[in-house]
Amino acid sequence: MTILLLAETAGDAIAPATAKALTAAKEIGGPIHVLIVGPGLKGAAEQAAKLAGVEKVLVAEDASLDHVLAETVAALIVSLAGAYDVIIAPSTSATKNVLPRVAALLDVMQVSDIIKVVSADTFERPIYAGNAIQTVRAKDAKKVITVRTTAFAAAPEGEAAPIEAISAPADPGVSAFKSEELAKSERPELTSARIILSGGRALGSAENFQKVLDPVATRLNAAIGASRAAVDAGYAPNDLQVGQTGKAVAPDLYIAAGISGAIQHLAGMKDSKVIVAINKDEEAPIFQVADFGLVADLFTALPELEAELVKIGR
Amino acid sequence: MKILVPVKRVVDYNVKIRVKADGSGVDLANVKMSMNPFDEIAVEEALRLKEAGKATEVIVVTIGPAKADETLRTGLAMGADRGILVKTDETVEPLAVAKILAKIVAEEQPQLVIMGKQAIDDDCNQTGQMLAALLGWGQGAFASKVEMTEGAVDVTREIDGGLQTVSLKLPAVVTTDLRLNEPRYASLPNIIKAKKKEVAVKSPADYGVDISPRLEVLKTTEPAKRKAGVKVGSVVELVGKLKEAGVL
Repeated sequence: MTILLLAETAGDAIAPATAKALTAAKEIGGPIHVLIVGPGLKGAAEQAAKLAGVEKVLVAEDASLDHVLAETVAALIVSLAGAYDVIIAPSTSATKNVLPRVAALLDVMQVSDIIKVVSADTFERPIYAGNAIQTVRAKDAKKVITVRTTAFAAAPEGEAAPIEAISAPADPGVSAFKSEELAKSERPELTSARIILSGGRALGSAENFQKVLDPVATRLNAAIGASRAAVDAGYAPNDLQVGQTGKAVAPDLYIAAGISGAIQHLAGMKDSKVIVAINKDEEAPIFQVADFGLVADLFTALPELEAELVKIGR
Repeated sequence: MKILVPVKRVVDYNVKIRVKADGSGVDLANVKMSMNPFDEIAVEEALRLKEAGKATEVIVVTIGPAKADETLRTGLAMGADRGILVKTDETVEPLAVAKILAKIVAEEQPQLVIMGKQAIDDDCNQTGQMLAALLGWGQGAFASKVEMTEGAVDVTREIDGGLQTVSLKLPAVVTTDLRLNEPRYASLPNIIKAKKKEVAVKSPADYGVDISPRLEVLKTTEPAKRKAGVKVGSVVELVGKLKEAGVL
């Protein structure tokens, strides 16, 4: 089995999700080639080459691949696919866009969001917002797989593998990038943060969302997350949403402030190591998954928490 | 311009599902079923385009059991013009769904297919991208804004880190994210009217598509349960517990 791993990059660097998907790829077994797509990613390629277990890194820097457009990146992967038995990627918004397109072009039924490699063709994946786990055997000769990165540890660094430049096939010419609005944040990235402080609708406004969560998050060096209700209400941008249809996270510490705990939210965070819930409503379902629950108004509890963190020198 | 909107009948999003004790699947007997929430958003977007004069007809299509007719009627009651029910009692995987939809597209010639980004039962998030691939069309997945331009559609997409806007040549496939719109409720008169709207009943065989599954489901189990935690009385106690747990 030769495996092609589509890397997720962040600027000219490898995103931590890539090293986690690499662990899943290793469990499937076979030589692993990492594919880096987009211009100006030599640094990312060098980082990928240093990950233990990578046999070779392929870098395609064509301008048409910029912004990971599904149409061009899928065409590239399909052009390479003949040499591979498995095409795998961490489950991110970019790969969720690209890989099903690859799968259909190869006439393969994709296995989305695997959380466990049972054998080279059998995987576990969550369904119904993680309320059931399905074990599936992929019968297609080629496998196309996305990996739920919260379920796998990051692969360590090892000896450097060779890097090979490749070029992309012609742009199918059906899509073009127009613009991008990316949130700039000094905080850790949500899916790889060690601590996450998430806010819900109880915050009441975009202003409060920031004013109440920011000082505590800064003190903890935490990423900020949000429930769907908070995002729908416009208190927080969409890329902060944790849940079934947002991001899946599994930090060491997840603090849910003013989040009731709909099953759709729990789906995205219940693999966190320690969960804290702060909620006025003692009946809130979030308490059923919380290791430590505090029945309190977040508008008093969070400033108290900040003061307490100052006291212990955080 | 016609718009095709594929919709799926799924367990209602408020239902807490039960896994069967023998591992054979999820218990769907006597469970409330509804239109997949992302598909409601897709119907709404298509209707808004029609109301804005950008589209002439909205066709809803579903693939599922006879009862999926109810899901089509929901779309028709919201305002879609007609429906297509591709009837089967088998589980149809996203790849086979995309193949059937590609055949329907060839017949109906829509300029736009708008569909949910993901069904909340299998959580696959594949069908729209697969359909675009099979048709050789551009895809605007996870849309939070759709704007028709001359011969193209600009789609603003929810991505990790923010928003990205792509311009797709028509025809194209758009998949909806949560923030695209808020779907309307169907009024009672419209629900009654929907009963009389045309629904063509077909089968996967009519389209010559082999729907035999490529993934063999070996078992379905309950996820590991988290142990019940403790309530703490104060922030000071909370911080103490977190230090003990080694996460602060």
